[in-house]
Amino acid sequence: MQGTVPESQEKIPFWRNEHTLQWIAQFTVLAGVLFVFWLLYANMQRQLEMLNLPISFKFLQINASFDIGESLIEYSRSDTYLRAYLVGVLNTIRVAVLGIIFATILGVIVGVARLSNNWLVNKLAAGYIEILRNIPLLVLLIFWYTGFFLKLPDVKEAINVGGTYLSRRGIAFPWPLPTETYATYRWVLWLGVALAVALGYALYRQGKKTGRMPLYGLWSLLLFLVVAGIGIVVLQPYVMDYPHLPDKGFNIIGGKTFSPEFMALLSGLVIYTSAFIAEVVRAGIQSVSKGQVEAARALGLNGFQTLRLVVFPQALRVIVPPMTSQYLNLTKNSSLAVAIGYPDIVHVYGTIINQSGRAVEMTMIMMATYLTFSLSTSAFMNWYNQKIKLVER
Amino acid sequence: MRKFFPFFAVLIVFSMLLAACGGSAPTEAAPAAGGEEAAPATQSGSTLQTVMDRGKVICGVNKAVPGFGFLQEDGSYAGFDIDFCKALAAAIFGDPEGRVEYRPLTAKERFTALQTGEIDVLIRNTTWTLTRDTELGANFVATTFYDGQGFIVRKDSGITKLEDLDGATICVGAGTTTELNLADVFAARGISYTPLVFEGADEATGAYEEGRCDSYTTDKSGLVARRVVMADPEAHVILDETISKEPLGPVVRHGDDQWFDIVQWTVYATFTAEEFGITSANVDEIKATTENPSIKKLLGLEGDMGQKLGLSNDWAYNIIKYVGNYAEIYDRNLGPDQPTYIPRGLNSLYTDGGLLYAPPVR
Repeated sequence: MQGTVPESQEKIPFWRNEHTLQWIAQFTVLAGVLFVFWLLYANMQRQLEMLNLPISFKFLQINASFDIGESLIEYSRSDTYLRAYLVGVLNTIRVAVLGIIFATILGVIVGVARLSNNWLVNKLAAGYIEILRNIPLLVLLIFWYTGFFLKLPDVKEAINVGGTYLSRRGIAFPWPLPTETYATYRWVLWLGVALAVALGYALYRQGKKTGRMPLYGLWSLLLFLVVAGIGIVVLQPYVMDYPHLPDKGFNIIGGKTFSPEFMALLSGLVIYTSAFIAEVVRAGIQSVSKGQVEAARALGLNGFQTLRLVVFPQALRVIVPPMTSQYLNLTKNSSLAVAIGYPDIVHVYGTIINQSGRAVEMTMIMMATYLTFSLSTSAFMNWYNQKIKLVER
Repeated sequence: MRKFFPFFAVLIVFSMLLAACGGSAPTEAAPAAGGEEAAPATQSGSTLQTVMDRGKVICGVNKAVPGFGFLQEDGSYAGFDIDFCKALAAAIFGDPEGRVEYRPLTAKERFTALQTGEIDVLIRNTTWTLTRDTELGANFVATTFYDGQGFIVRKDSGITKLEDLDGATICVGAGTTTELNLADVFAARGISYTPLVFEGADEATGAYEEGRCDSYTTDKSGLVARRVVMADPEAHVILDETISKEPLGPVVRHGDDQWFDIVQWTVYATFTAEEFGITSANVDEIKATTENPSIKKLLGLEGDMGQKLGLSNDWAYNIIKYVGNYAEIYDRNLGPDQPTYIPRGLNSLYTDGGLLYAPPVR
C-alpha cells in the first residue's frame, strides 16, 4: 500500500496520491450525478412554469367529483382527490394481499407436484408452469375477463350454487352480518387467542424439555377454532345475509359481491404468479441434498417428519429471497388492472391527472406509493429470511 | 483504480449529453433571452416553426369513434376531427397529403400528451370546460361541434328515462367530462348507480355489449357513432334525455398565441367558406371570377391575411381546396348518407338557426 509511506521519503504530490485521487473521483461522480438530477428537475420545472403549471400539491384537497365503482371505505363524489386516491390504494392492497396468499398456496402445491414421482401429476404440473409462465399477464387478464367472467350468464339467469350466485355481474355469496351479541363475541375471540397462545407456549416448553417437539402451532390453531366455534353456536353473533335476485332492478342484492373485474384480476395474478412460485419452490426443495433425506430416514424419521424437520427448513432459506421478488412482482403487476376497469391505484391516478391536470405531482405520489409497498414487503421478507437463516458457528 | 477512469469518462460524456438535451428545450425560448420575463412573446411562433421544420403536424386524435376519429381497416384515419387536422395541415403546407401525423390517444392520455409537446394540437372530441382551459395548461380554440351527453341502453331493458336507471351499472370512459357529469347529475337527482370506468371507448362499449353494464354514457355524437359498430345496432336505443352541454373543439398548448390563432382561424375559415357558399368544387372558379372583397380577402387575393397569421396568403384557399368548407366536412362524416348520420341541429350556421358564427376575415 502506498498510503503507508515512511515519513523520511519525499512527500507525494496530491495528483499522484492515490488516496486523494480516490476521494476526488468519488466526489466528482457524486457531483456529476447530483448535477444530472438537478438538470432534469430544473428543466422540468422551467417547462412547467412556462405552461403556468408550477408544482403544487394543494389540488389533493379539492373535491374529486367523480365516482368510483368499488371501494373498501366510504367514498362519494364530494370527497377529495386524496380520498379518491386512497380508495385506489386500498383496492390495490386488497388484490395484492389476497393474490399473494392464494398464489403462495397454489404455487407450493404445483411446485411439490412438479417433483412428484407420479408421471401424470409431474407432467401436468410441468405443463401448467410452462404454459402460464410464457403467456403475458395482460393476455391472461383479458382472457379471464372477457373470455370467462363476462361470459357467465346474465344476472337474470345467474347460476345459483348453494346460495352463491354466479353471473357476469360478479360473484355474490352469503356474508355474515354482525348482530347485537357481536360485541360480546369479540371478547370470546380474544379469549380464544389468549388460550391458544398459552397452550402453544406450554407445548413448546414441554417440547424443549423432553426433546420431542409437538406440532404446537397446529394445536393452538385448533384450540382457537374450537373456542370460536363454540362462541358462534352459543352467542349467535352473526346473521347470514343471503344474496337474492330482485324482482325489478339490475343487480343482485344482499350478501357480498366480488366484481368480475376484481375476480379476473385476482385469478390472472394468482395463476400467473403461482407458476413462478412453483419453480421457486421446486428449486428450493431440490437444493437440499439427497444425503440429508437419507440421513433423516436413517435416523428413523418418517416421510412427513423428514419433510417438516429436515427438508423444509433448509429449502426455505433458498426459497424466501426469490419468493420476495415474486411478491413484489405480483403487487406491481396488479397495475395492469387498468386494462379491465378495476379501480386500482393506476386507474384512479389516471382519472385524477385527467381531471386535475397534475400529472407530475400524481406520478410522484404514485411512485412513492409503489416504492412504499415494495420496500415494506421486502423489509418483512428480509426479516423473515434473517429469522430462518442458518445460524452459523 | 485504473478500472475506475473509463467509468468516470463515460459518466462525464453522459452528463454532457444530458446537458445538451436539457439545453435544447429552453433554446427555443432563449434567442430573445433579453430576460426570462419576455418568455411568452419569444415563445410564440415556436410551434409553427417546429411544425414547419418537421414538415408535419402531429395531431392527437381518437381512433375509436366512427364519424369523428376512426382508424379504418386499411390503416388510415377518417372522421370529422381528422378532417380538421387535415385542414390545419392544408393551411400551413398546402396539400395535406402526408403532412399530418396522427397520434391515437385515450381520453386519459390526451392532455398530458399536449402538455408535454408530444402533439401540436389535440382534435379529439374534447369538451371545453373552465377547469381544462385553466388548469391543464391547455387553450381551447373554438367549438367545432356542439354536443351533449346521453345514454344508450338495450331496447329490451324497458328503460325510457334516466330515473329508470336507478341501481344500474353504467359504463363510462376514464378521464372524461361525461364521468363527472354522470356523478353530478345522478347525485343531484338522487339516482343510485355503480360506475364502471374503462380506459377506452372500445373496452367500455365492449363491456356494455357483453351485458356487464346496463347503459353506456358519452356524448350523443359518440353514442350514435359507437352504435354503428355494435354487433346488433337495432338492439340498442339512445335515450332522449341530454344531461349536459358538450362543446367539442381543438385544443392547443397554453402560451403560444400565434399557433392558437392559426388553429382558430383554420376553423373559422371553414365556417366562413360555408357562409359564402365556397366549396372545394367551385373554389377555383370563384377565385378566378369573384368581385366580393370579403371573399377576395379570404382567398388571399386582397390584403395579407395569411401573412398576419404567419402563413402564406392562400392558406384559406388551400383549406377549402383540399378539405372543403364546414358543410362538406360535416356531410362527409356525419351527413345523411353516412351510417353515423347526426342531424346538424345546433351545428348549423347562425343564418340557418345554428350556433356557428365566425368573426369576419378582414
